[in-house]
Amino acid sequence: MSNDKLRVPTMGQCMAEGKQPEILFWVGSAGSFDDRAKKITRAFVKILNKANVDFAVLGTEESCTGDVAKRAGNEFLFQMQALMNIEVLNGYGIKKIVTCDPHSYNCLKNEYPGLGGNYEVVHHTQFIQDLINSEKLNVSGSLYKGKRITFHDPCYLGRANNEYNAPREVLKNTDADIVEMKRHKQTALCCGAGGAQMFKEPEKGDKDINVLRTEDALSTKPNIIATGCPYCITMMTDGVKNKEKEDTVKVMDIAEIIATAEEL
Amino acid sequence: MEYLSNILFAIVLVAGIGFFTKNVLRLSRNIKLGRDVDVSDNKSQRWKNMAKIALGQTKMVVRPVAGFLHIIVYVGFIIINLEVLEIIIDGLFGTHRIFALLGSVYNLLIGSFEILAVLVIVAVVIFWIRRNVIRIKRFINPEMKGWPKNDGNIILYIELVLMTLFLTMNAADYQLQLLDAPHYTKAGAFPASQFIASLFSDMSISSLIILERTAWWLHIIGILCFLNYLYYSKHLHILLAFPNTYYGSVEPKGKLNNLEAITKEVKLMMDPSADPFAAPTEDASVPEKFGASDVKDLSWVQLLNAYTCTECGRCTSSCPANLTGKKLSPRKIMMDTRDRLEEVGKNIDANKGVFVDDGKQLLGDYITNEELWACTTCNACVEECPVSISPLSIIQDMRRYLVMEQSAAPVELNNMMSNIENNGAPWPYNQMDRLNWVEE
Repeated sequence: MSNDKLRVPTMGQCMAEGKQPEILFWVGSAGSFDDRAKKITRAFVKILNKANVDFAVLGTEESCTGDVAKRAGNEFLFQMQALMNIEVLNGYGIKKIVTCDPHSYNCLKNEYPGLGGNYEVVHHTQFIQDLINSEKLNVSGSLYKGKRITFHDPCYLGRANNEYNAPREVLKNTDADIVEMKRHKQTALCCGAGGAQMFKEPEKGDKDINVLRTEDALSTKPNIIATGCPYCITMMTDGVKNKEKEDTVKVMDIAEIIATAEEL
Repeated sequence: MEYLSNILFAIVLVAGIGFFTKNVLRLSRNIKLGRDVDVSDNKSQRWKNMAKIALGQTKMVVRPVAGFLHIIVYVGFIIINLEVLEIIIDGLFGTHRIFALLGSVYNLLIGSFEILAVLVIVAVVIFWIRRNVIRIKRFINPEMKGWPKNDGNIILYIELVLMTLFLTMNAADYQLQLLDAPHYTKAGAFPASQFIASLFSDMSISSLIILERTAWWLHIIGILCFLNYLYYSKHLHILLAFPNTYYGSVEPKGKLNNLEAITKEVKLMMDPSADPFAAPTEDASVPEKFGASDVKDLSWVQLLNAYTCTECGRCTSSCPANLTGKKLSPRKIMMDTRDRLEEVGKNIDANKGVFVDDGKQLLGDYITNEELWACTTCNACVEECPVSISPLSIIQDMRRYLVMEQSAAPVELNNMMSNIENNGAPWPYNQMDRLNWVEE
């Protein structure tokens, strides 16, 4: 990977220069702070830079969407976060948002409109697919030739919002063999992190959900488990470690796969 | 005296339908105990959903074996009940096979009823084997012990008996037609029951008439009993699947409603000109309870969901928490909600129309915190349900009660939430560091 400096303008800077970027990149808390998720954020920005996308981030003006509080049952905290964020977003006149986190995506797309935040929201896999379709981005590398990739559907992208194709279409642009798990698309099993489970110990049971899901994935004999959610990445990575397969099976986000295919 | 059987039939019919009406009224009273919710939107989409999901059985065939067998029983049930119309007319007016005047169409109808009846018997036997011999896991989960298990089998037995009576009735009738018995019009085609009829070849006309009449009476009495069994059974889905798919969510599954009562509070809190010490106005109402701890806190659509659930367990068999041995079973959430609602309904009946506090509630006495906190909100249960039930929405509303009314979230979640309150992220990082990833 080259180490060219990322170009990441903030909305504040754009405003000072009198510019209105086409799209806001909502980084999300995981994408900002989680060490593993930050790599996804950087990979996606490399793609945005490469395709010369006119974007900006909120930077320090961004705050948690409140999604995780809402799922935990704290509607109060969710609405405080949402109303604060909506003030910032509307203040900048944001029309379109892209995010790498399906939970932010779902929340911004479905739950913010009722509180006065109306934006066109896309998930980064949908955005990358658009870049490829409109030939703003070419994926030509043969880095993944002969590799087996299985895609784990994030619940909040798949079942929650019916997007099963975009990530698969993007993957088709690599030379990899796409293999499906038995449970995929509508019947995909959760990684175990949703509904605020990411932040607590699981309830008593006989197995961890991420281990069960990793078994689903490993049964396809993959070289790479791909997904499109920072929480899924954490859960699946832990699952692969639990199965002691971390030397042979990588867990990667779609953005990382595309960025490395293009040697960005 | 010649009208005795007509009068008797009318009495049986009125009693059957009357008792059923009483149960329907009780059902609707109980459902209306729920909070009001506006479902007057998206009418055309709702009709489409009902046509596709309930009438068209699109969700059933996702699991092809059970789906195919279910369609047989479903089609059989609907079509064979055309026959009931004829039975009612014949019973009330003393006619016999009144629709025979349809001629060849009638033959086609009766012939297809017979074939369907045989297919239904086959399907019902396979269903019984799946429940009792193969013991498919979703039929033997802990919440299926006792009444739910018996209920499932009783329904199969009733269907088996009804179909057998129908075929016996036709067989005796066919045999009587062959013997030129008076009053027995030569009508109908009997592709299945003609084989049963050969067993009756030695019987006299009078005993054949007794057999035919007995089967006829038992068949219609059986149907009326079955109709009245519905209210006490998971089998209520044959009626409620239709309204339930109509009122089911037309939003993306990921969308969780925003509580309006809270929006008011939060806006007031964020309003710099609001006076926090202002005395409440004269007409200020008591703040709405946040979330749900009992059935009356749920919406009436959620209560309709509970009555519609037929305990098939597809939700539970796809629930990641349940698959990994956690206590949560989405089906149990629905069964508990219905059981508690029934308990509340009986309480109201016993106390002359008023609910007297019984010291119990849905939360704690039926559904435990452990179950609620095991949910990953992945929507697998919602996706699976063949009749558009959302166990997830009930789980979410109960979590809201736990967190906002009781502050009873697991301690790790409390930490996560105070992080969001203090630094705008679920982890303890400074909001000013949000852009550090650019330089790393």
